[in-house]
Amino acid sequence: MARVLINLPARAKRGEIIEIKTLIAHPMETGYRVGPTGAAIPRDIINRFLCTYNGEEVFRAELFPAIAANPFIAFFTVATESGEIAFSWTDDHKETQTEVRQITVE
Amino acid sequence: MKALLLAVIAAVAVAAAAAEIAPRDRRSGYDFAGPESRAMQDDDTANPGMLGVLQGETLWAAKAGAADRSCADCHGDARTSMRGVAARYPVFEPALSRPLDLEGRINRCRTEHQGAAPFAGESEDLLAVTALVARQSRGLPIAVDGSGELRPFFDLGSELFHRRQGQLNLSCSQCHDDNWGKRLAGAVIPQGHPTGYPVYRLEWQSLGSLQRRLRNCMIGVRAEPYDYGAPEAVALELYLMARARGMPLETPAVRP
Repeated sequence: MARVLINLPARAKRGEIIEIKTLIAHPMETGYRVGPTGAAIPRDIINRFLCTYNGEEVFRAELFPAIAANPFIAFFTVATESGEIAFSWTDDHKETQTEVRQITVE
Repeated sequence: MKALLLAVIAAVAVAAAAAEIAPRDRRSGYDFAGPESRAMQDDDTANPGMLGVLQGETLWAAKAGAADRSCADCHGDARTSMRGVAARYPVFEPALSRPLDLEGRINRCRTEHQGAAPFAGESEDLLAVTALVARQSRGLPIAVDGSGELRPFFDLGSELFHRRQGQLNLSCSQCHDDNWGKRLAGAVIPQGHPTGYPVYRLEWQSLGSLQRRLRNCMIGVRAEPYDYGAPEAVALELYLMARARGMPLETPAVRP
C-alpha cells in the first residue's frame, strides 16, 4: 500500500465549494530512463485517478509520464450531502488503491 | 605609502567581511525558493516530504533485529521523545571518538540496540526515519556550536568549507559566503544553511540528505565527492550546522 495524504474538510455547509487535496507516494517512472547497466527502466506510472462522492464520479484525471513522482492532485467539488468520498489511483500494473474519507454536510 | 597600507588594510577587511555572513543577514534556502515551493512546504498535506515522515512513523513502530525491539519500545512516542533532537546533531560520540550525524545515530541504534542491519546510506528507510525524527524539531533553533570535543571536527569542516577543490578550483565559501543571492545560471545561490534536511528536492523527486546535497555540489565543481558517512562529510555537516546556529529547522523542507 502506497502512503497517501488526503486533505478535505470534515464538515461543510450544504452547497459549499470545498477543496480536496491528495498526495500519493509513487515513483512515476517514465519508461524513458536507463539504469546503471544501460538497460531501460520499464515504465511504471499511475495512469488514472478517480474521485467519487457517494458513488457518483465528481473528478477524474488521466496521468502521463511527464508527471513528477508523488503526484499531487487538488480539485474542487460542491458539498451536497453527508457521506463517503472515495479516491482511487490505478497504476500500469492495473493495481488500484482506494482510500475513503467521510464528510458531514449540514 | 601610508595611503597604500590603508588601502591594503581596507581590502583585507572587505575580504574578511565577505568571508562570514553576519547573523542578521543569514537566510534559509526557504527565502530563496519560489512562492510555489514555499506554499508546498508550508502545507503538510501538499508537502511530499511528509510522505517520508509517514513512512518513518511505520518504521518507528516496527520491531526489528535480534532484539525484536522497535524504536518506540525504547523511545516511546517520537513526537515527545525526539523533540529538539535533530537541532543538536551532529553530536560527539565518545565510544567512537568522533561525531555522529542523525543518520549515523539511527544506524548505530539499529546495530547496537536492535541487533539489526544498518539501513543503507541514503536509502528510503533511513531518510524516512531521519525525516520523522527531524520533523519533531521543526521551528526549533539549531543548537550545534562545535565546541569542546567537537572542536577539531568543526575546524576540519571549516577548513574543507574554505578549501578550493575540484577542476573548477572553487571552495564552498566562494559561492555560499561571497556570492549568495547572485545567480548561477538560472538558479539563485543560497547561503547553504542546512535548515530543512532531509529535504524534498523537486529536482530529485524524492527526499535526500544533507550529504547527498554536498555530493551534488562537489560533483558540480568537478571534485571527488565524499562517500556517505565519510568523516569529512560529517565534519562538513557539523560545520554547516554550527554556521546556521540559531536558525529554525524546517524539516521536511521543499527545495527546487
